[in-house]
Amino acid sequence: MIDQILNLMPELGKAFWETFQMVGISLSLALLLGVPIGLLLFITDKGLFWENKIFNTAGGVLVNTIRSIPFVILLVILLPVTQMIVKTTIGPLAASVSLSVAAVVFYARLAEASLREVDKGVIEAAAAMGASIPQIITQVLLVEALPGLIRGFTVTTISLIGYSAMAGIVGGGGVGDLAIRFGYYRYQMDVMVVTVAVLIVLVQIVQSIGDYTAQRADKA
Amino acid sequence: MIKFENVSITFNTKKATVNAVRNVSFEVNKGDIFGIVGTSGAGKSTLLRTVNLLEKPCSGKVNVDGVDITVLDKQSLRKARQKIGMIFQHYNLIHTKAVYENVSLPMKISGKSTKEISKRVPDLLEIVGLSDKAHIYPGQLSGGQKQRVGIARALANESQLLLCDEPTSALDLETTKSILDLIHDINKKYGITVLLISHEMDVIKSICSRVAVMSEGEVVELNDVYSLFSNPQHEITKQLVRHSLNMKIPEGILGDIEGKLVRVFYRGTSALNPILSNAIRKYPVDMNILHGRIEYINNQPMGVLLVNINGENNDVVNLIHYLKENTATAEVIHD
Repeated sequence: MIDQILNLMPELGKAFWETFQMVGISLSLALLLGVPIGLLLFITDKGLFWENKIFNTAGGVLVNTIRSIPFVILLVILLPVTQMIVKTTIGPLAASVSLSVAAVVFYARLAEASLREVDKGVIEAAAAMGASIPQIITQVLLVEALPGLIRGFTVTTISLIGYSAMAGIVGGGGVGDLAIRFGYYRYQMDVMVVTVAVLIVLVQIVQSIGDYTAQRADKA
Repeated sequence: MIKFENVSITFNTKKATVNAVRNVSFEVNKGDIFGIVGTSGAGKSTLLRTVNLLEKPCSGKVNVDGVDITVLDKQSLRKARQKIGMIFQHYNLIHTKAVYENVSLPMKISGKSTKEISKRVPDLLEIVGLSDKAHIYPGQLSGGQKQRVGIARALANESQLLLCDEPTSALDLETTKSILDLIHDINKKYGITVLLISHEMDVIKSICSRVAVMSEGEVVELNDVYSLFSNPQHEITKQLVRHSLNMKIPEGILGDIEGKLVRVFYRGTSALNPILSNAIRKYPVDMNILHGRIEYINNQPMGVLLVNINGENNDVVNLIHYLKENTATAEVIHD
């Protein structure tokens, strides 16, 4: 058993690196694009400063559509796009394309939800101070929503670790893929147990860091 | 300082059209503490929000310091808003920022330098009595302290006008008094004009000099607070004043009363004359005081007595007539 685990180490190390790549890339994009999209969905809603029914509805439908496609199918649908962007459809980088798309819309919705949690009165107070819309967004909205944004980011990270397991289909690799290939297909129970244990620890760590940071940001 | 001219606001909802404010015109003088009172839904909050254009009037003008705020472009409106402080019922502080940052926010927004901010904020905290709370977060403050932060924030840009939207409605009696005292002090010390709305007559009574009563979107009565209290004209005003004076006699006792029950109002110097004893000397009736109260509004006395009168019908009628002639009002409220 110990031997087998030791034998697995290089394999596990590689898988870790692949997971890290996939999750890292898609998380960065989720942060970079998800927050602005969530913000747009929020401020174009009824009664807010960029109220725009057409944009809001269209954006909402688009986000919902992508979110309702099961990830495995999204992975396949986006193969042509992946080919266009990274010039290959195999490997962690290729898997990152569909992962990023899923991550961006996932986080956009969570970001929108936490922005919606911000007390309307506080926004009104900022408007009454004579703040411009960019000032309201940067000095009030994002600041007040920060704890929620961090919590949403934690949830997104953990979901992505789960999604990345499916990346094996396009040869993305990663810890989850290792569990499926060695543990499930080859009936190597011990390998499966070790990789799943590693995933549990990983998710626990992410959750703890997320909780701690969110709590630090939340002064209420 | 503020001049409302034929201001009307209509909300269109799916079900109906609501005339929140109807053709309101009045003026608030510089340095005044002006109150708007009315039951909830009377349109007072909507009207208050037209002063910094958080609510845009459908028609009419709102002049603030000589400028019609309804026609300003975005940039000028933002500049104008920076000079108008506002405090809210639920304080509306930024929870994730400490008191210091909350108070400095309006200055940051108006483009003040860090140096100016670090010079002004301690002064503001001193004014509201929170010098030791600069680095505390709002979540750790009591309601009264939060409202003090709100007041400091509203004064940050040296506003000449302070809008108060039900500033004490979420506070207990004791804290209400201290917040109203603070607003009063600020008004006296810095000459800041205050426009305050409340559904409580007691709040209006304790700090306002003039007051407008609103009902169903209209201003139904406007007067100085003393006159309004001692001589209410409109039914709504009478109701609010009566409620504030809280001169109710329990139903059970009311049923046991024989003869007439008369509510007598005294105003100003007449409160000092021995009218009741003169009256019983003139007419042979029995008189019993069931309830009484003397209020001092802006240092002027005003008295209310509930008097039970028994005797020959003729004498009673004459006595009531005598009371009517010699007091502000005397009305029979129970036969």
